[in-house]
Amino acid sequence: MKIREIVKLLDARVLCGEELLDGEVNSACGCDMMSDVLAFVKEQAVLITGLCNPQVVRTAEMMDMRCIVFVRGKVPPKDVVALAEDSGIVILASDERMYVACGKLYANGLSGGSVVSD
Amino acid sequence: MIDNDKVNFHFDIDGDNFTTAGEASVKIKKALRQMGFSADTIRRVSVAMYEGEINMVIHADGGEADVNVYPNKIEIILADKGPGIPDIEKAMQAGYSTAPDDIRSLGFGAGMGLPNMKKYTDSIDIQTEVGVGTTVTMVVNV
Repeated sequence: MKIREIVKLLDARVLCGEELLDGEVNSACGCDMMSDVLAFVKEQAVLITGLCNPQVVRTAEMMDMRCIVFVRGKVPPKDVVALAEDSGIVILASDERMYVACGKLYANGLSGGSVVSD
Repeated sequence: MIDNDKVNFHFDIDGDNFTTAGEASVKIKKALRQMGFSADTIRRVSVAMYEGEINMVIHADGGEADVNVYPNKIEIILADKGPGIPDIEKAMQAGYSTAPDDIRSLGFGAGMGLPNMKKYTDSIDIQTEVGVGTTVTMVVNV
């Protein structure tokens, strides 16, 4: 799925990375606990979260994710957006709740992806 | 700094600032990328170090991080003068956490820090003494 399609499906605003919207993503993870993202996600391209601090961007960067979707109408502070911009990560903001956002993406073919094995 | 065939990176981890926690790991990730390591190796090193860095900020008021890059392995040494770990066995269990609630609202404290550090590295050694501090040494083979 192209990131552009996520924007459409979630009626999201693009906060940074406009030029990267044609990037392909293969899987997604909806989570507010960053250590769980670091534990269970591999090659996940999209992080869907309601958490709005710099650690969200660093976590996404550690896992080589391409896009972060902030749900429930949350808008991250400017320093968080700037951090993502530096790292080449697209930031989207949607008014959807986490459950609905995940459901819409899943129903349109974006899977949960693989799990890191021990 | 080059010493024989080892390249050392040293960082002071600021314990007062959760916002900057993880900056050292991001720098290491970028440095390893420039040095040409594989994406998988880079991810393992940077995730393990990131979890350790967060741990030092949450529990130990910061500390020092050293990353030694050898031709065949990458060694991460995290040393703090924090409270020490009273029960390492418990601390290594997934889901066990002593982090305060305000840390959970920041997205950490799920009890996955040490388990993740173990999972992503080839070896982990923890030297700890209550009231004195903790030194964690992790190795990722290249």
